[in-house]
Amino acid sequence: MTAAEVLPVLAFYLFSGVAVTSGLMVVVARNPVRSVLWLILAFFSAAGLFVLLGAEFLAMLLLIVYVGAVMVLFLFVVMMLDVDFAELRQGMSEYLPLGATIGLVLLVQILFGVGAWFASESAPTLRVQPAPSDVQNTAALGNVLYDDYAYLFQASGLILLVAMIGAIVLTLREREGVKKQSIVGQMHRTREESIAVVDVKPGQGIN
Amino acid sequence: MDELLREYLPILIFLGLAIGLGLVFLIAAAVLAVSRPDPEKNSAYECGFNAFDDARMKFDVRFYLVSILFIIFDLEVAFLFPWAVSFAEIGDFGYWSMMVFLGVLTIGFIYEWRKGALEWE
Repeated sequence: MTAAEVLPVLAFYLFSGVAVTSGLMVVVARNPVRSVLWLILAFFSAAGLFVLLGAEFLAMLLLIVYVGAVMVLFLFVVMMLDVDFAELRQGMSEYLPLGATIGLVLLVQILFGVGAWFASESAPTLRVQPAPSDVQNTAALGNVLYDDYAYLFQASGLILLVAMIGAIVLTLREREGVKKQSIVGQMHRTREESIAVVDVKPGQGIN
Repeated sequence: MDELLREYLPILIFLGLAIGLGLVFLIAAAVLAVSRPDPEKNSAYECGFNAFDDARMKFDVRFYLVSILFIIFDLEVAFLFPWAVSFAEIGDFGYWSMMVFLGVLTIGFIYEWRKGALEWE
């Protein structure tokens, strides 16, 4: 085997190994902040796997949206909760059956998905269909997203709008007694209303 | 190796170098550096007096608001990338589709601005 054949395989095992390990560390790490950092590493290696699959745009999106924004949000949420770390650790064995059940369900789903890829009737035709090589995958997304799937695209815009307004309604609180700069107020001050000449008698001061 | 992966080879090499260099620093610090810990050295130093309280205090919910507003505009930008790449292909309908999308989010942006969600009191 040449280096050109070995490298992608090597990179695949590197990224998937790191992804699985860091996924495990997310669960077993004692400090929730460290869990979040391990999750960031898991997303990074998932982005590497996407690149190996040829899905560049998804990889970059994973980095920009998940690593850049969602994980920051996760960190804030973890820090906002004021969790008692010692207390959190004790629940591990208690939640193990539930977690294992959910993991099992997900595993079965993945197996069904992979099984369908081999067993379904339409799979042979899908597998021989070549991926178009003349169009980049970002362009391939862009060609269909904005006209063929325009309704879904607009729906996603509305979902973002709802999320924005919801976040503002839920978390924005007006604070009492906060001094703010009012630029319009400053500009409309006149000399007459803000300055007065007071004739002060010696030794008396202003009252 | 196909063309796409060849373009990413420098990034892989860079990743390997970064990991290697990071490990070298960590291991060198663990092996070579002089380590004589004592309680005073390990304690938190806060301008000469004892630390007031734990560093793991609760965050204000306003950080969360700023962060979630950032995510929303991040996603908006993410939608702009494929649109810009296939701008020549999608025609008038694709163009106005994006304009409506941006318009909807601009409504949210105006709401946010008027409510003062961007201000830090």
